[in-house]
Amino acid sequence: MMSSSTLTLGSSSARRGGLGGLFGALHVMLLDLTPILSTLRRHKIAAGLIVLEVALSCTIVTNALHLIQTRVDYLNTSNGLAESELAVLEVRGSKPIPPERVYGIVGEDLVRLRALPGVKAATSVNQVVYGNNSNNSGVTLEPDSKGVRIVASQYLSDDQLLPVLGLKLIEGRNFTPDEVLDSNKVFSEAEPRVGQVIINKRMAEKLFPGRSALGRAIYVWGSAPSTVIGVVETLTHPYLHRARSDGGYSMIFPLRGSGSFVVRTDAAQLDKQIKATTAAIESADANRVVTRARTLAEMRAAFYAQDRAMAWLMAGVCIALLLVTAMGIVGLASFWVQQRTRMIGTRRALGATEGQILRYFQLENLLLTTTGVAIGLAGAMGLSQLLMQSYELPRLPWIYLPAGAVSLWLLGQIAVWVPARRAARMAPVAALRS
Amino acid sequence: MLLHYLELAARSARASKGLSALMILALALGIGACMTTLTVYHVLSGDPIPGKSAHLFNVQLDAADKVGFKAGEEPNFDLTRFDATALVRDRKAKRQAMMSGSNVAVGVPDGHIKPIFSMTRFTTSDFFAMFDAPWLHGGGWTPADDEGEARVAVISSALNEKLFGGADSVGREIFVRGQTLRVIGVLKPWKFQPHFYDLTTGSFNESEDLFIPFSTAMLLKVGHWGNMDCWGKGANGGTPFDLNASCSWIQYWIELDKPADASAYLDYLKHYSDAQRTAGRFERPTNVRLRNVMEWLDSQKVLPADVRLQTWLAFGFLLVCVVNMVGLLLAKTLRRAGEIGVRRALGATRRAIFTQFVVEAGLLGVVGALLGLVLANGGLWLVRHSPSDYARLAELDAAMLALTLGLALIASLFAGLLPAWRAALVTPAVQLKVQ
Repeated sequence: MMSSSTLTLGSSSARRGGLGGLFGALHVMLLDLTPILSTLRRHKIAAGLIVLEVALSCTIVTNALHLIQTRVDYLNTSNGLAESELAVLEVRGSKPIPPERVYGIVGEDLVRLRALPGVKAATSVNQVVYGNNSNNSGVTLEPDSKGVRIVASQYLSDDQLLPVLGLKLIEGRNFTPDEVLDSNKVFSEAEPRVGQVIINKRMAEKLFPGRSALGRAIYVWGSAPSTVIGVVETLTHPYLHRARSDGGYSMIFPLRGSGSFVVRTDAAQLDKQIKATTAAIESADANRVVTRARTLAEMRAAFYAQDRAMAWLMAGVCIALLLVTAMGIVGLASFWVQQRTRMIGTRRALGATEGQILRYFQLENLLLTTTGVAIGLAGAMGLSQLLMQSYELPRLPWIYLPAGAVSLWLLGQIAVWVPARRAARMAPVAALRS
Repeated sequence: MLLHYLELAARSARASKGLSALMILALALGIGACMTTLTVYHVLSGDPIPGKSAHLFNVQLDAADKVGFKAGEEPNFDLTRFDATALVRDRKAKRQAMMSGSNVAVGVPDGHIKPIFSMTRFTTSDFFAMFDAPWLHGGGWTPADDEGEARVAVISSALNEKLFGGADSVGREIFVRGQTLRVIGVLKPWKFQPHFYDLTTGSFNESEDLFIPFSTAMLLKVGHWGNMDCWGKGANGGTPFDLNASCSWIQYWIELDKPADASAYLDYLKHYSDAQRTAGRFERPTNVRLRNVMEWLDSQKVLPADVRLQTWLAFGFLLVCVVNMVGLLLAKTLRRAGEIGVRRALGATRRAIFTQFVVEAGLLGVVGALLGLVLANGGLWLVRHSPSDYARLAELDAAMLALTLGLALIASLFAGLLPAWRAALVTPAVQLKVQ
């Protein structure tokens, strides 16, 4: 272990000439390989530690980067809404409102809201994207829950939902005002009947592949059919992550009941309009309180806050991990350079150039990181498998493997640069004298 | 002797400031990350009601119909009102309570305060004794109040503060859903982490502010917050809260004298389930659960997956930091081979050299631990300012503090073993010759 100072490796790699250019460089590299390998054999433990550190970093960093990417994908999920122009108000009464009066009261409120200057459109809906409740129903193409059954998110609103949210109709038409029914009345029947429904594109493609969904019947509440009158481009589940696992089917029924108010105005006026709408609702009835009034952008930020925090945490750990690994490489490489001062001096005295010494250490580092990366990539696959089983995460895409390998190679080369250059700059005499 | 080694260690650390600083910093980062995530883990996986958690059991019955039935799956999450009422009536446990939650506006008769929306629990009389509710004033209601739909309420000290300015409000009146209720008890600040008896209204929420008898809540139609599953004809034209609705939405807890009584109670539940199937109410094969508090929390995966993932990540990080420290310590040790040679030649034993280097690693560990503690506090400060629902719970306690120091010391001593062993192997003759 301690005998490195007696090594006589120098002369073998002095340039022999004859082969120029790339071949020359390759030749020199190959010549360097033998002494490097024999040195590493003498420093098994130190070399093993660097390999282990690189392997662990590679395993963790590839998987952590993948986790970050999955979170970033969540954050970027499109909601298909006119997000910057929307505000959501939740209203509650301190005294009970008889269910049969809800339809009328909500209708009056909507008239009041739509009359406000600056309000482009307003509606009341049972659930909102990023909100804290969701309604889902089983849907079949035959009566009484027979045949193929899918579960779709169920929006209950009126003819204004499409213009308020900015949803794009790709087929058919919107509801007309007189198609909007009293939800309390409909659901107090033993067999609820709603004649029309608008579904989203995903649901249309799932239920009616290759043909138009318009005019077709779906069954949600037993034996009464609802006819598809329109198909909208994007309408997600209120909990966006559920849209992935459930297929992302959504539908809208023209039913008015209790729910949240959604108001659309100019993006610049949003905050002012929230105050105006809150005042309009609360002044109409002293027993009512707007318990929460938020812009959709705020709701989106709150909804994803946890995912964003997790992505930052992962990124922080990745950076710290790479830094620590780099520190380890710098530390050990410095030690090696110091140990081999005599060897370097001998080589320099025998005619080796600065570049050759530099390359020697770089090649050595490349060998170590490559071994580490090879083990690390196998580890990354193993860890990914484990994460898939325990945390239901998707498999690590292959692209992360070369990306992880390249970053650790680069990290190794950068880290070894400082000690290697110090070695290369050493004056031969000084090196030999020590 | 130890003092001498410590002095040597301090001198050696000063001699190679950069390398020592690198090691301490890396160790501190690893320890800081581990302690931050472990503290969150510790807080979230703790026993919410120590001393009683083995005596309290959650009850599940499989009351749903055959649609979508798969053998071996979990039964319904909650109970139907019919079943919960029947179990309470049977009184087979020491204590039992059926309950559910809502959110209602609470006001005072003179109306000078705007009604306050309060988380509400409606339950039966055993609830307070079962969960060791701490009384500030008054007490809970009686089984007779449950029977008689009594207009009574228990409020939290926080709500008492807002409505009555903190005075003893027992006997005073409050307004709920347009009706008058009489306050019979005020609770001291009280909360469970997690909110185990009902996880469907937020696992880490505060305890409720208003408690009223279940029967009274049904009369007042206070609605329902939380989980509800319906099947078959569901509410069947009525409301899901009706006694005969096919909807499960009620949490059911019992207290047993000793944990061993659980098997007898389980037999009773199976018997009840069989009888319901014979009567034609249950369609599925008998499938009941009786879990004590910790088993219940475990089965409901209360610990967020992210928290477990973070903890693993932090330990992976610490592992890299330890490997890094081994490498750097080794480098530092071997650099001092000459010094070791001289000491050995002057009579130091291998054991003395080994001890000296382990002590040196330990000293780095202690400094790393202290710095790690600072980093962990910073990390927890970040967690507390994060958006998660458990954020405000993230505080370092004494046990975690001890664990931090222990973990850092063990990690650094472990990292020091290999270099110390290599140092002890140095042969004086070779070193002296090289010099």
